[in-house]
Amino acid sequence: MDTSLKIESLMQKGTAFFPGAVGPFADNADSLFYFIFWGSVIIFVGITLFVGYFLLAYRRKKDSQLATGQMTHNTLLELSWTVPPTILVLIVFIWGFKGYLHMAVPPLDAQEIHVNAKKWFWEFGYPNGNKAIGELVVPINTPITLIMSSDDVIHSFFVPNFRIKRDVLPNRYTKLWFEADKVGNYQVFCTEYCGTGHSAMSAIVRVLSAEDYKAWLADANSGDELPLDKLGEKLYTAKACVTCHSTDGSVRVGPSWKGIFDANRPIKGGSTVKGDENYLRESIVNPGAKVVVGFENIMPTYAGSLNDREISALIAYIKTLQ
Amino acid sequence: MSQVPLNYLNATKGLKSWLFTLDHKRIGIMYLMFIAISFGLGGFFALALRLELLNPKELLFTAKQYNQLFTLHGAVMVFLFIVPSIPASLGNFLLPLQLGAKDVAFPRLNLASLYIYVFGGLFCVYSMFSGAVDTGWTFYTPYSIDTSTSVISMTLGAFILGFSSILTGVNFIVTIHKMRAPGMTWFRMPLMVWSLYATAIIQVLATPVLAITLLLLILERTMGIGIFNPALGGDPVLFQHFFWFYSHPAVYIMILPAMGVISELVTAFCRKNIFGYKLVAFSSLAIAIISFFVWGHHLFVSGQSDYAAMIFSLLTYLVAIPSAVKVFNWIATMYRGSIQIKAPFLYFLAFLFLFSIGGFTGIMLGALSLDVHLHDTYFVVAHFHYVMMGGTVMAFIGGLHYWWPKMFGRMYSEFWAFIAWAFVMVGFNMVFFTQFILGAKGMPRRYYSYLDQFQPLHAFSTFGSWVMAVGFILMAFYLMDSLLNGKKAPDNPWGALTLEWQTQSPPLTENFIETPVVTRGPYDFGQEKRS
Repeated sequence: MDTSLKIESLMQKGTAFFPGAVGPFADNADSLFYFIFWGSVIIFVGITLFVGYFLLAYRRKKDSQLATGQMTHNTLLELSWTVPPTILVLIVFIWGFKGYLHMAVPPLDAQEIHVNAKKWFWEFGYPNGNKAIGELVVPINTPITLIMSSDDVIHSFFVPNFRIKRDVLPNRYTKLWFEADKVGNYQVFCTEYCGTGHSAMSAIVRVLSAEDYKAWLADANSGDELPLDKLGEKLYTAKACVTCHSTDGSVRVGPSWKGIFDANRPIKGGSTVKGDENYLRESIVNPGAKVVVGFENIMPTYAGSLNDREISALIAYIKTLQ
Repeated sequence: MSQVPLNYLNATKGLKSWLFTLDHKRIGIMYLMFIAISFGLGGFFALALRLELLNPKELLFTAKQYNQLFTLHGAVMVFLFIVPSIPASLGNFLLPLQLGAKDVAFPRLNLASLYIYVFGGLFCVYSMFSGAVDTGWTFYTPYSIDTSTSVISMTLGAFILGFSSILTGVNFIVTIHKMRAPGMTWFRMPLMVWSLYATAIIQVLATPVLAITLLLLILERTMGIGIFNPALGGDPVLFQHFFWFYSHPAVYIMILPAMGVISELVTAFCRKNIFGYKLVAFSSLAIAIISFFVWGHHLFVSGQSDYAAMIFSLLTYLVAIPSAVKVFNWIATMYRGSIQIKAPFLYFLAFLFLFSIGGFTGIMLGALSLDVHLHDTYFVVAHFHYVMMGGTVMAFIGGLHYWWPKMFGRMYSEFWAFIAWAFVMVGFNMVFFTQFILGAKGMPRRYYSYLDQFQPLHAFSTFGSWVMAVGFILMAFYLMDSLLNGKKAPDNPWGALTLEWQTQSPPLTENFIETPVVTRGPYDFGQEKRS
């Protein structure tokens, strides 16, 4: 697997207005955008020319100057700027609806991947039981259906390069499908406002060639051979802890991990608790139990998202941050 | 001071004479004052959040403070500024004058609606100091049920403000039906009146839905009734449907009065009859009615049924047509006119171009497949600022300059007005045109931090906000200066034909010495030439 690939730049790649195009929906959206864009430019220039000409030709030179004509009505003229625009927008409507229908109906042979959104990270669940946070790995040229739900508030899954977006709701499943036709790493954003960590709730879609994908499947769940604290360091970014916790003492949404091990932690309600293994474990699986003063009880539980070895690894990593 | 004739400003004196006044003009002026303060406050929030976005790092505010800032910017600008802006200030001042009436139909109700507005506004201000709300002005559930910030005081504020809006609407409808001067037939009414009429209909029909929705949200937060909260079996998307059932028509509450102002400006400064009076008047009503059936275009990616999405997209295009027709009619009105380029006409031109760009980008957002990509990005932010600020605010400021001599009996400085206009125009396009590119490239809205690659455009947008601020600060200065040192205004400085210009500046307490008798249309400049 090639890990040197950077996330594709949205600004540098693609056209003047749109990011690089990947997958089956970009054609429709981009051509429709530029159709409306150039149509608008033509009409806008037309308006500007008319207004500019009127301003020059009919500018009042003397205070007493009256209008030279009082046209109040012209049916032909009015029809000419009512009917053609109506036809144009109907074309745009049908064009957009066709693209939308294409997105609405996933192919029957699509692979299913579950997406679970929580404040503030994305968790992807594969058919073989694997789970990954912040990174969706898919093979090239294979239709993928995302079956998405949220554990808390409404989020929205947006991949600009794919031109797809769908809200992720707490009380039902929503679906989204795509078929990536270019190998690369693509940016995922959350686009439904979900609170303090909203802008940090990103992920990447990693599109791999068929061989790399096979290798990735075999390699997944590796990490067994890593020492605990090194595994913890890897999980710190892989499981999106980094979104809210720093390791250098700076304050993010949650407390920094630096120097918290074995330190006395003032918690809400007035008492103090020692930051030992049991406290750290409790704070991972049941974050609301003892909340440190100065922070809000907003962390989701990681019970079920981390196994015992992974929890131990994170604690081992925190121990190294003195 | 003995030469100053008696008028509504100097007829009675003292604070009490203002607090208990029943004069629609004084009520309009007081609204204008509060609306200007709200605009300043909302603008201050805007400058603060643009400053934070200068770079992706933490500059002045934490993520939570930033979220509170953009929420307060939106809530203040929507509920305290733009919804009441034209109808409550200019509308209150002008409606009876343009109809040839002494006052609105229910002067006491009018004063009550002002007090309700101030009371609701105080709730909103209170909520800023008691854990300012961080949900966005849309209060989407379930986030608004979960957040620890003060959702209730802000929604209660908006709830109360809604009653002010409803009462003004009822008052205007009755006034237009019952208080027209002799000879003022429906088709001799100025188009400003038509647009206020259409606006009032939406205010009366749509605002109660917002009130119910906000009340349900408050009950959900306090008592857990389980209508929106998924944990209790509620449906969070239902809130979005309820919310936009009001808030989309509310977009037209904001833009229709602006269209009315624009019709007045273009006719007066071209000395021309409006082109297609009936088409412009009826398109206001058409917009008012169709606007109730397009709310679902805010929910194209929410998981609503694909058929619903299709119908909402189609209806969205139907409501776009009357707006486009109006733009073409205003341009045609300039044909063979006698065009005088003064500050109000500069704002007419600003409206024409900026509102058109807002309209074109609206066509893009109404297209289903394209909206999927653009939804909830900066593209949407730019689009509605082009419509709301480029449209409504430009028309409001144009109207303010146009009627300023009538309201205060003083002229403002045309020179400084031009300078300020230039700053506002350049700054506005720097701020918001940039955001079209950012959004189409994928930059989501309501982001505290962003990818480094977006930084140059964000910085440019922030610089634009400073240019625009200079324009508005200049405006505040020369308008204040005009009140103190401005030249005395004649009764009809622009040579317009509508009735408010046929009485003195500023008008008498009861507007006209004798009830006027109307014998011609509001823009019948041709007849004037013959006589």
